[in-house]
Amino acid sequence: MSGTLNRSRFLARAGSVGAGLCIALSLPLGTKAADLVAAAGEAPGTVFAPNAWLRVAPDDTVTVMVSKSEMGQGIATGFCTIVADELDASFANVRYAFAPAAPAYIDAFFGDQTTGGSTSTPDSWLPLRQAAATARAMLISAAAKQWGVDPAACTAANGVVSYAPTSKTATYGSLATAASQVDVPKDVPLKTPDKFTLIGKHVARVDTPLKVNGKAKYGIDTVVPGMMYASVVRPPVFGGSVARFDASKAKAINGVVDVFAISSGVAIVATNTWASRQGHDAVHVAWNDGPNAHLNTKTLFEQAHALVPTAKVAKKVGDVTAVHGKTIASVFEGPFLAHAPMEPMNATADVRPDSVEVWAPTQVQTRSQQTAMAITGLPADKVTVHTTFLGGGFGRRLDADYVGDAVEISKKIGKPVKVTWPREQDIQHDFYRPMSVNALSGTIDASGNLVALSHTVVADSVAKRWAPPLFKDGIDPLALDGAWNTPYDVPNVDFRYADQSSGVPVGFMRAPAANFNAFATEVFMDELAHAANADPVAFRLALMSKAPRAAAVLKAAAHAAGWGKKMPAGQAQGVAFCSWGGSFGALVADVSLDGKDVVVHRTVMAVDCGTVINPDIVRMQVQGAVNYGLAMARSAKITLANGRVSQSNFYDYTVLRNSDAPTTHVIVMESTEKPTGIGELGTPPIAPAIANAIFKLNGKRIHSLPFSDALA
Amino acid sequence: MASLTINGVHHELDVSPDMPILWAVRDVVGLTGTKFGCGVAACGACTVHLDGTAIRSCVTPVSAAEGKHITTIEGLAPAGKEHPLQAAWVADQVPQCGYCQSGQIMSAAALIKKTPNPSDKEIEEAMSGNICRCGCYERINSAIRRAAHEVANA
Repeated sequence: MSGTLNRSRFLARAGSVGAGLCIALSLPLGTKAADLVAAAGEAPGTVFAPNAWLRVAPDDTVTVMVSKSEMGQGIATGFCTIVADELDASFANVRYAFAPAAPAYIDAFFGDQTTGGSTSTPDSWLPLRQAAATARAMLISAAAKQWGVDPAACTAANGVVSYAPTSKTATYGSLATAASQVDVPKDVPLKTPDKFTLIGKHVARVDTPLKVNGKAKYGIDTVVPGMMYASVVRPPVFGGSVARFDASKAKAINGVVDVFAISSGVAIVATNTWASRQGHDAVHVAWNDGPNAHLNTKTLFEQAHALVPTAKVAKKVGDVTAVHGKTIASVFEGPFLAHAPMEPMNATADVRPDSVEVWAPTQVQTRSQQTAMAITGLPADKVTVHTTFLGGGFGRRLDADYVGDAVEISKKIGKPVKVTWPREQDIQHDFYRPMSVNALSGTIDASGNLVALSHTVVADSVAKRWAPPLFKDGIDPLALDGAWNTPYDVPNVDFRYADQSSGVPVGFMRAPAANFNAFATEVFMDELAHAANADPVAFRLALMSKAPRAAAVLKAAAHAAGWGKKMPAGQAQGVAFCSWGGSFGALVADVSLDGKDVVVHRTVMAVDCGTVINPDIVRMQVQGAVNYGLAMARSAKITLANGRVSQSNFYDYTVLRNSDAPTTHVIVMESTEKPTGIGELGTPPIAPAIANAIFKLNGKRIHSLPFSDALA
Repeated sequence: MASLTINGVHHELDVSPDMPILWAVRDVVGLTGTKFGCGVAACGACTVHLDGTAIRSCVTPVSAAEGKHITTIEGLAPAGKEHPLQAAWVADQVPQCGYCQSGQIMSAAALIKKTPNPSDKEIEEAMSGNICRCGCYERINSAIRRAAHEVANA
């Protein structure tokens, strides 16, 4: 089991909200870099590879090893930018490659190789800069030695080392061999921010050209010589298993070559995807449903409500019962949700007697490797994981179940195989965003101050399965994100949690837990403001006296949105705040109602994510995250009847379409703080901002999602 | 057998007539730029042109393409050239994960061919069959307006 995510490390980060946190890593040096060079088929010595993060070739190209999965968040561009800036390389000569699963790329926070939690830039920022600064110093040393001059008198810019007194110059590529002979220096100083040439500037994404002409290779595009194509028929009830199956009709289909049971269901192996799909529909399977056949949405919510009084205290300050004033309370409900990234789950594996290769669009290289190791019994150094582009991740690819399918089938047939899930399985066999019941209460004193706040969360624990050490004494700290770590300074607080253990598989979904807890928190903040006869922005600001960065983004968003201005007839503005991954965001939405439909005309979101590597990518991430949050709240829900998911494809699991999407104006706060996460920050605040606008429009408080049900 | 013309190249494929164009193009011909998203014509990731009209290749059998011209993202612009939409997609930095973008661009290409100067409403309507889970819609629409403008002023 991976998931070495350490509780104290996690809590250290959780406690850092407002301060930002960056874990300094020791620079991974040593044999891995040489292995990478050898794997690329280049003679050692000609390529300068001072560490696992970069190499400089004689043709002047600099290759950056991207240890994080590129799922649209722009991390390949970010890595290239950070390395090129600190290395003083020519950006035009920078290339990138996705790193294999290897010890050198283990993330200090996760304890393995994982992309998630908006941690990639914060956690990689220093190691990458240290790696690049070290390489730069070695290239300068090599040039100075060749010229017999003092390295301190040499300069480097745009991939060229110069010595002004004699006008000598040498390109990085020409120094690659010599630099490989230089001792690796320690503690090379990093640039001060005023010396940045690329960081914080507009740099076009390195992956865009490949993504407009069909050349970008995703997992589903993997082709291996001799490869077969497979589908898997899966049990309709979670945890079900195959009782027996009849493959006679499936085997009669042209192109179907084999049908057999694997741990996740019945595999159909064929010569192309279409034949495997026809086989999938033709095989008859009798299932053992197991203990989850009774699950249905109505009773699951009844169960969750009943668990509220049993919730355990996760954090308590003061005494919420010992205050005087006006107390209000609200209870919120959120549904299970599916991630539904555009690229359906898939993986390709080639299992040979002594080695395995896996090609996967995965956020978890280490878990993918461990999955293959568990099935084949081979050690880590015999399992190669190739990470492709990901057609979206959103947390779904933090699990490696689809890798297991491919490895099991390839092992059985002795040939490489690509397994592609139909969309229906993506919707019906996800690790879902947990359903949630949130009970809040708050007390306003005679002066209109919020003096007590309680928030109880009842939801399935994701950590219990994915990172067991985090789940302790009945508390999943991840499940309280967006509830217990707001910047609101309230003297008496009481935060509680109960794990529902519903039986439905749950996973992390963009801004996990916060994507519903912040809905409850921020709608309730508006209710409290209303109870205090205060303006919603002013009410929040009054509670942010100890969180100046939070207050600044809220002011910036309110100002840019024209908060308080007269709106066109039938439109209203709603506001919400959120923090995520050490970053702060505030959003104002301009909303109207079209019958029972929510229409979002425009949103304005201000974000503070510390030092910005690429402002346009920050804007893209916020625009996209807001739309993802809107999709989660508008009409999407996963419901269960008799243990089966009722939705199956985009016609009944509804996501956001072009005509539903608002324009989003993004304000990126200038900062010299350490970089913090931006991939998820935009998702939580849109739903509560809409709900708060709806209250202004019709006086109704929305306490459940999706809006399509709440407004019905 | 199916006799298909894809991006101007003739192919004789040993596939069943009911195989969707999507899988013939991807698995048999080896052009992987056209994507599988839903299999039921609900997301637009598989959009290609059949005689210039945008179709969902995941539900259109190869038998429907006999004697017609299929254009995929790989053949949208002549070799070595860029379609104005592709240039606009780069200029506006549209893609995030990029998976849906072949389909988005193919739908947009059919739109501006038929409606050279589309209104915002026409863009939204023409593009609402193409899902983008990264939520790049605002930039998709702005790139379509940019490309339409470039074409009009060329």
